[in-house]
Amino acid sequence: MSHHTHGSHAGHAEPNYFAVISVLTVLTVLEIGVVFLPIPRLAIGILLVGLALTKAIMVAMFFMHLKFEKWALALIAGTPLILCTLLMFALLPDSNPELNSAKSTAAPVQHHP
Amino acid sequence: MSQVATIDPSHAHAEPAESPLTPESWGKLGMWIFLSADAMSFGGLLAGYGALRYYSPNWPVPSQVLGISLTAFMTFLLIVSSFTMVKALSACRKGDRAGTKLYLLLTILGGASFLGMQAYEWTHLIHEGVTLSGNPFGSPLFGTTFFILTGFHGCHVLAGVLYLTCTLLQIGRGAWGYNEVEITGLYWHFVDLIWILVFTFVYLL
Repeated sequence: MSHHTHGSHAGHAEPNYFAVISVLTVLTVLEIGVVFLPIPRLAIGILLVGLALTKAIMVAMFFMHLKFEKWALALIAGTPLILCTLLMFALLPDSNPELNSAKSTAAPVQHHP
Repeated sequence: MSQVATIDPSHAHAEPAESPLTPESWGKLGMWIFLSADAMSFGGLLAGYGALRYYSPNWPVPSQVLGISLTAFMTFLLIVSSFTMVKALSACRKGDRAGTKLYLLLTILGGASFLGMQAYEWTHLIHEGVTLSGNPFGSPLFGTTFFILTGFHGCHVLAGVLYLTCTLLQIGRGAWGYNEVEITGLYWHFVDLIWILVFTFVYLL
């Protein structure tokens, strides 16, 4: 095994993985608690997405060692997040029931010969 | 024209220059690019799920229909398997082959248990009448999106378990080392990361 080169981040101090897994577990328990909170659905949604993104970023930073990689690699890793956020906005008109029903009930276009 | 003819034969089998992004390995850079592309596949599926759900007035509340306690435990299991994966990498860095194999085995067991629980969940839901084309709870697209999203992720877990098994065997033979374990780990942590998002969007929201 020793004949293989070790990673660029092999030289840094190892993160406290037990602390990371503990925080991830606590955040998961919090997520389940948030679902049953007597607050508006929108607030629950914002809290859940925030908690999920925090967990995902923690996995990428500490378990995938993105924190110790070059910034350009982090850019490659972050590109899908940017594109998918844009995609959600691009799909927004298609997912709007009012907009769709307005289209379907619109007066038919008159064709002139 | 014939560029090949101008290449110095003495350099024909030379190693390519190191990548400035991941100086230690081209394989690692390749895995990161693959994971970015794969993340966009999941992003497309999740964005489509959001659009369909928002459009459907009778979408069931997932937390009332799907078993959250089981999937919460599945989430915990994947998080723990990510932990055993980094411990395998840590042991590999120290040259501890036995430790590497042990932690890789534990990671495989975590992934296999996850798949078993998912199979149990699917069977239970299918018995309740949830299929790709319909379900008794509301919009038929609920079942469609549920099976496609969790199934696509499940295929990734299965691929990860096979990949980890190959890595374990190669470590046992002494053919693979730190670099290969790190690349395998990147894939496995990605599977965990995606599940964190699927769990929130499909089960909790």
